[in-house]
Amino acid sequence: MAAGRSRRGVLPGFGLAMGFTLTYLSVIVLIPISTLVWKSAHLTWAQFWSTATGPRELAAYRLSFGAALAAAAVNFLFGLLLAWVLERYAFPGKRLVDVMVDLPFALPTAVAGISLASVYAKDGWLGRWLEPAGIHVAFTPLGVMVALTFVGLPFVVRTVQPVLHDLSPEIEEAAATLGAGRGQTFLRVLLPELLPAALTGFVLALARALGEYGSVIFIAGNMPMRSEITPLLIMIKLEEYDYPGATAIALVFLTASFSLLLLINVLSWRRGAAGALSA
Amino acid sequence: MRGGGAVVATVLAGPPGGGPAGAPGIGGRAGAAGSAGTPAPGARSRHLGESRAVRWLLIGVALAFLVLVLFVPLLAVFVKAFAKGVTAFAAAVRDPDTLAAIRLTLLTAGIAVPVNVLFGLAAAWAVTHFRFAGKNLLITLIDLPFSVSPVISGVIFVLLCGARGVLGPFLAAHDIKIIFALPGLVLATMFVTSPLVARELIPLMQAQGDEEEQAAITLGASGWRTFWHISLPKVRWGLLYGVVLCNARAMGEFGAVSVVSGHIRGVTTTMPLQVEILYNDYQFAAAFAVSSLLALLALATLVVKSRIERQRS
Repeated sequence: MAAGRSRRGVLPGFGLAMGFTLTYLSVIVLIPISTLVWKSAHLTWAQFWSTATGPRELAAYRLSFGAALAAAAVNFLFGLLLAWVLERYAFPGKRLVDVMVDLPFALPTAVAGISLASVYAKDGWLGRWLEPAGIHVAFTPLGVMVALTFVGLPFVVRTVQPVLHDLSPEIEEAAATLGAGRGQTFLRVLLPELLPAALTGFVLALARALGEYGSVIFIAGNMPMRSEITPLLIMIKLEEYDYPGATAIALVFLTASFSLLLLINVLSWRRGAAGALSA
Repeated sequence: MRGGGAVVATVLAGPPGGGPAGAPGIGGRAGAAGSAGTPAPGARSRHLGESRAVRWLLIGVALAFLVLVLFVPLLAVFVKAFAKGVTAFAAAVRDPDTLAAIRLTLLTAGIAVPVNVLFGLAAAWAVTHFRFAGKNLLITLIDLPFSVSPVISGVIFVLLCGARGVLGPFLAAHDIKIIFALPGLVLATMFVTSPLVARELIPLMQAQGDEEEQAAITLGASGWRTFWHISLPKVRWGLLYGVVLCNARAMGEFGAVSVVSGHIRGVTTTMPLQVEILYNDYQFAAAFAVSSLLALLALATLVVKSRIERQRS
């Protein structure tokens, strides 16, 4: 590792850089987040439990986690496909497509939200074809999933693409030489190589989708118990000045998100360890 | 081009340690493949590729997915912005509340982005050039805002600085307004976009190493001179992309800003919030007109990104 060779003392600026970093992190990130925990500590356990696990809250958690998982799964499959198509095949407009995959990173979520809502509405460009087929997207949990698919779209593509690019062709050649069919080669030789990166992308898309707000609220219809996501419920509690309620739900939700972050860490650490062993 | 792509991907995705952890494995394998002489993709034999039909089927399915989820919604923004004609578009954009929203958005990003650039440079310098205990913890903390819902990011500032917040009585006594005012918008935006520049720079600086810097210091250059003339030019493209992405996110931030703004029209309404207000007022053409400006910003961000990737390759 390059960083391992540098010794403290040769390059200056450690104190300044570290000092600024820690101060900024404390003021902007750590102190505000710890306020959430501190405020929750003011609630009694019974209070906390009853606000955080009411029927409306449970329905919101179910929808948030369910739709986020479903969207991440869709992105897992199509992300692998897109990465494959972009790395391996030539087709007109490929460069444009490659660039546009990042659009959800750059497009404001509110813009994506109103656009998806109008496109998938009953009389929208896509909705008018889907509605007669019995597929109701706008104002349903399916709509939530579509919005979350949009925001999570780039993650799997961008984690898998570099791995696919750097994959040495020899392993595919060896598989072919040994008599493997193309499908067999993909499933038993290529997929295991791509899976760790794809899983990292999956978890990142999931983490992003869980907390998403702007792109969802316009298409969801926001009916309590049916299409109301957790971040919106927190927002509603705030607008009703129910601060303890908002705090309790936020803490439950944040804990779930951090558990995911931990999972990402473990995954990438395993990947790093495997890479170091094979190198 | 892919080299840049890998860096950008880990940055955008921002897995804690994903960049550094992924890099050695990928780099090692690429090196091995390179020394063995990688054949061009065109040299694949029939057994190593898919048939024409399968190839076009896969391309078709992938593109159909993108059209449904990505291209149609993007096109809709621009078409619906001009649904009532160019005059209506111009009127919507020149509306006083919209102009105030544009000014507020520029001001918020104008404060939040430079501060986050400083933070990104400092954090990347500390993380990549020195060894210290708890480095992985620090990287995780830098990434933390990525895994916090934007709404919760707003809530924590309300709990901290709001009227009933921890600092509420103190702020009220000193007549300082943070929530439902510009400082709240800036703080929430800074929180949400704080990892972006750092996440772009850390893998880049790590990959580049610091031999040039060490040489400069050894030859007697001052720390600042080394930084300005060696370190900064080395990472300029990555930094530029970090700035552009951070700016796009800062201007487009919705959830966190929505919580701390209070939606006071013409006063604490940023562009994305103005989009929401117009849309909920059934002024769809006006909502899409403001949206199209934000979408143009997003497209410009992507153009800069692809330019930078070409530059790197």
